[in-house]
Amino acid sequence: MLTALDKKLLQEVADLHGEPPGAFNIRKDGKGIERRSLEGIEIIPKKDQPGIDVIVAPGKKGTVHIPVIMTETDLSDLVYNKIDVGREADINLVAGCGIHNPGSGNTRHDGVHEIIVRQGARLIYTEKHFGEGDKEGKRLLNPKTVLVIEEGGYAELELVQIRGVDQTKRVTEAEVKAGGRLVIYERLLTDGEQTADSDVLVKLMAEESTARIVSRSVAQGSSKQNFYPRLLAYGAGRGHVECDSIIMDQATVRSVPEIWAENSEAELVHEAAIGKIAGEQLIKLMALGLTDEEAEEAIISGFLK
Amino acid sequence: MLLLDNISLELETDQGKVPILHDVSLNMDAGKMYALTGPNGSGKSSVARVAMGIYKQTSGKVFYNGEDISELNISERARRGIGYAFQHPPRFKGMPVKDMLEMAMKHADGVNCQVLRDIGLCPEDYLERTLDNSLSGGEIKRIEIATILAQNPKVRIFDEPEAGIDLWSFEQLIDVIGSSHREDTVTVVISHQEKILNMVDEIVLIKDGTVNMRGDRDTIWPQIKESAECSCRSNCRLEGEIYADCPR
Repeated sequence: MLTALDKKLLQEVADLHGEPPGAFNIRKDGKGIERRSLEGIEIIPKKDQPGIDVIVAPGKKGTVHIPVIMTETDLSDLVYNKIDVGREADINLVAGCGIHNPGSGNTRHDGVHEIIVRQGARLIYTEKHFGEGDKEGKRLLNPKTVLVIEEGGYAELELVQIRGVDQTKRVTEAEVKAGGRLVIYERLLTDGEQTADSDVLVKLMAEESTARIVSRSVAQGSSKQNFYPRLLAYGAGRGHVECDSIIMDQATVRSVPEIWAENSEAELVHEAAIGKIAGEQLIKLMALGLTDEEAEEAIISGFLK
Repeated sequence: MLLLDNISLELETDQGKVPILHDVSLNMDAGKMYALTGPNGSGKSSVARVAMGIYKQTSGKVFYNGEDISELNISERARRGIGYAFQHPPRFKGMPVKDMLEMAMKHADGVNCQVLRDIGLCPEDYLERTLDNSLSGGEIKRIEIATILAQNPKVRIFDEPEAGIDLWSFEQLIDVIGSSHREDTVTVVISHQEKILNMVDEIVLIKDGTVNMRGDRDTIWPQIKESAECSCRSNCRLEGEIYADCPR
């Protein structure tokens, strides 16, 4: 039975209002509490380690929700999930983790997702992080996603973390095979003393493989962010890395994009920018009647949209 | 409606304080359209930016409907009813056109996305577009005009609205600025374009940071043209389309 707090966390991380549509698995405080498989989308608990296998049959279309919520203090949870998207399937998968830490101990979730997108399949993957709590206990989230996109497959990852999480280390590794396409949108906002590290490594394995990594972040307060997006072309692939950060207050942002080609037909581009909010942007919105705080919020919100 | 009273302005630069405006006084009445024209760097945009509160005058006062608004900031002036369309509108990564129009309409009454159609942009094509480098300079400029139309302020200041806009859109722009002007509105257009100068009631020539000439269009325009040609013959300082028949 979900409590009001559980529902609130599920709404924050997965935009869920009531029972999820489609197949789902809800994990709370280290245990799976509700689960539903559908024909063609099987969710099976692992026997040897915590976590689930999500098996999507070839050609299947649908939605899968696998959110994690944590409501206790002084608790660590480690989960291994495997997602197999069958040939020509078309799946919208919503993951994510919401932490409400009510005490002074740390609450931590480490999630490892192994995903395979089979030939011609399509996956839209959304992973949103949320944290809250008014005591000194920290909210820690460390996701690792290992992705393989087979020939002609497509995956789009939307990775979002807006405030609330004290410390995160995100690792994303992907291999894109011939004709495969990958798009990663990463959006991050840190504040106060929060820290966030993001390591992304995408390998373009063969011809016609493409990848696009778009990272947008805002660092406020005394927070610290480190980005290491790397794009390697072993085959004749094409890729683009774009990292943009708004830096404010006493924050620190380090952005180190890397491109690396081992094929003369590869085309890789990277761009990175760190800067404050432009004065003219603030003035423009204030000239529409917004206060300077409202203008700043609107600029940040648009930037992270 | 809007009064700039003895405005002087100095701006801090790398070279120290630079005088920009000297004792500029302008009274602008509801129902009238005004053009501010003059050579590049003469101070036209600075006059507008002082009115909007973007620049703080060194001396003098700004009044709106009799109220001294000299100490009000940009937002407060916008909420009173002053609007300013930028000469070079900033770009916003990730912000859709729709959001910008909604923010503009928050403090206005009942204008909808018809404003995009008015300036030749199809809402279906543009509402979700983001105000970043994916839009051309001309598109950004037209959206800036649409934003002011959506904001619907009582004092509308357009800073070189024609800059970067193609010829076809320019005709549309003139039409929409003219047709949206109302009896309770002051419209101020900073421009060098003869077609724009022809549509206003009064022309103000700003030169070397002062009001050099001012009067109704039919009286002032021939004098300005003559003055421009004389100056141009002597030192070729003046530029812009209205001086196209300059003999240089």
